[in-house]
Amino acid sequence: MNFEEHAAKLLILSPAGIPVPRGVLCITAAEAAMAAANIGRSVIKAQVPTGKRGKAGGIKLAATPDEAREAAGQILGMRIGDYTVERLLVEEQADIAHEFYAAVLHDVTARKPLILFSTEGGMDIEDVAAAKPVAIRRLLVDIDGRPSAVDIADMLKGLNLGAAEEQIARILDRLYGAYQARDAELLEINPLALLGDGRVVALDCKFVLDDAAIYRQPEIAKGGATAAMTALEKRGAEVGLKLIQLDGNVGVLANGAGLTMTTMDVIRHYGGRPANFLEIGGEAYTKSEIALDLVLSNPGVKSLVINFCGAFARTDVMADGVVRAWQKLKPRVPVFFSIHGTGEQEAVTLVRGELGIEPYDFMEDAIQAAVKAAQ
Amino acid sequence: MIVRKKDRVVVLGITGKQGAFWTEKMIAYGTNVVAGVNPKRAGETHVGVPIFATTAEATAKVGGDVAIMFIPPPMTKDAAVSAVQAGVKLLVVLTEHIPAQDVMAMHAAAARHGTRIVGPNTAGLVTPGECFVGIMPAFVPSVFRTGRVGVISRSGSLGTLICLNLTRAGLGQSAFIGIGGDPMLGTTTRDALEALDKDAGTDAAVIVGEIGGAMEEDAANYAKKMRKPMVAFIAGAAAPPGKKMGHAGAIVTGNAGSYASKRKALEAAGVIVVDTPSQIAAAVAAGLKTGRAGSKLAASQ
Repeated sequence: MNFEEHAAKLLILSPAGIPVPRGVLCITAAEAAMAAANIGRSVIKAQVPTGKRGKAGGIKLAATPDEAREAAGQILGMRIGDYTVERLLVEEQADIAHEFYAAVLHDVTARKPLILFSTEGGMDIEDVAAAKPVAIRRLLVDIDGRPSAVDIADMLKGLNLGAAEEQIARILDRLYGAYQARDAELLEINPLALLGDGRVVALDCKFVLDDAAIYRQPEIAKGGATAAMTALEKRGAEVGLKLIQLDGNVGVLANGAGLTMTTMDVIRHYGGRPANFLEIGGEAYTKSEIALDLVLSNPGVKSLVINFCGAFARTDVMADGVVRAWQKLKPRVPVFFSIHGTGEQEAVTLVRGELGIEPYDFMEDAIQAAVKAAQ
Repeated sequence: MIVRKKDRVVVLGITGKQGAFWTEKMIAYGTNVVAGVNPKRAGETHVGVPIFATTAEATAKVGGDVAIMFIPPPMTKDAAVSAVQAGVKLLVVLTEHIPAQDVMAMHAAAARHGTRIVGPNTAGLVTPGECFVGIMPAFVPSVFRTGRVGVISRSGSLGTLICLNLTRAGLGQSAFIGIGGDPMLGTTTRDALEALDKDAGTDAAVIVGEIGGAMEEDAANYAKKMRKPMVAFIAGAAAPPGKKMGHAGAIVTGNAGSYASKRKALEAAGVIVVDTPSQIAAAVAAGLKTGRAGSKLAASQ
């Protein structure tokens, strides 16, 4: 789950004791002008849960309330990535002496938390990593412990941070504490700025909450951003199904992420275009009836592949759901089955008996037929 | 991580619907299930298996080499750590959607005690004709048969399809190693490949990979020095970038974890990479016939 900058600062950084600039969340240009009147020289920042806001023109400086109103008027309603800007963060302008980078995330290869720090802040860390890999300091942390002051001092050694070093060390320690306490997948401050007066302040913040941990972070999760979803994807999410709507015309219903991706790949391999990704893996295999309804609700679907390979997911249970949905919806699109694995015989008998359709022995043949039918 | 009939298996969460269903399937197939664990049902017997309050008690009374968990995400970490502390050598974690910090804590505990974790989010392990530990259709004769091809898969459903295709072509399997769909796995593609390389019963290896992460690239580094023929299929060539395709690990950001990167690395290591699952069997058969077909090694021999 992604969070907008203002939510990340309010919910994560401030409670952890990491300094952020004074700011106000606004939803109209008039509010932005009022906020700027209180704050003084301001920066007006689009609040959307995606990167590249600056490049898209979503961040502007304002010296006066009138300038703030004008900037806010330009930014509100702007499209950035998949999002329309509906909120602004009006913050005091910072007198930046230097920009650092700090983050905590999972190192999936080491299977441990990783603290990153760089003196080259302000740009994408991927770009820093590519251009100047030595500029990034890394510290792997034992998940059962917490980095010691010595670990952090070692990490920062030789960077000539001067008087800022003590503040940065404290911020890194607190950032790790917040990562751990709030089940972050990523907690990033970029830039972490050294100001003219010597203070170190988080000018931006990116917080991604581990989706698997939402159940134990209910208060934080309330502040999460709504993902950009189509109406159909929203319907899927409401019934606990992960649907991704694509621009193709061959509908896909398969069990398990691996088999679903493969079905999409083979559709492409034969020159077709998949209309969706929809996983009914794990316990969700019992939801095939509603899943089929979702796939068929996509107006782009001209043919349908139903590809079941049961391991944990029982193909007889999935086929039963499909048959019920089919008899209820009576769709006109041609459908092509391939069914194997757990419950195979019952499933094939059901599809044959109730729908009068003979499943293909190889998924490739079912898919080829579906691609042809969609053309 | 190749399970054997002699391995004593402890089932955590045996009294749940899925735990009981799959335990019966495992026993019927030949798996040596010696104990179940459920603190509230200790002393009882379920699906013919004695139940103990803790994994430690189970292993102390009846022994236990392998533990498999049918446990929901919020309780998985504690159950896994207690199984690790009880001294099992191999822990099969089926659970999907475990908080990442819990997964890291499980791996840290396993590393301290020398336990191998398979998973999380794995469909388990099958040794055709011997036993299976997991939620795989080992007992469906059209899918699995005894043989000499080892299969490594992140996905249970796709792994099933691949074994089915091999079996239809008359190529039985020496082992199926489901490594799991979690981004942070206890057993990687490379670990599994190494096990198949060292297994005297395996003549060829099939890698069923997925976009996301760097495991296939890492496995390719090992594959370079392997003499057994290897064939791979990587799912996700048509997946749009930046979208998680079900498995939390299956996401492409920038070039990292992309289909192209994996295919290139594997091919450079002499692995035959096929476009669709049905091409796997023929590629394996060709590899077995000629040694490492397509590789520099084979060409020079």
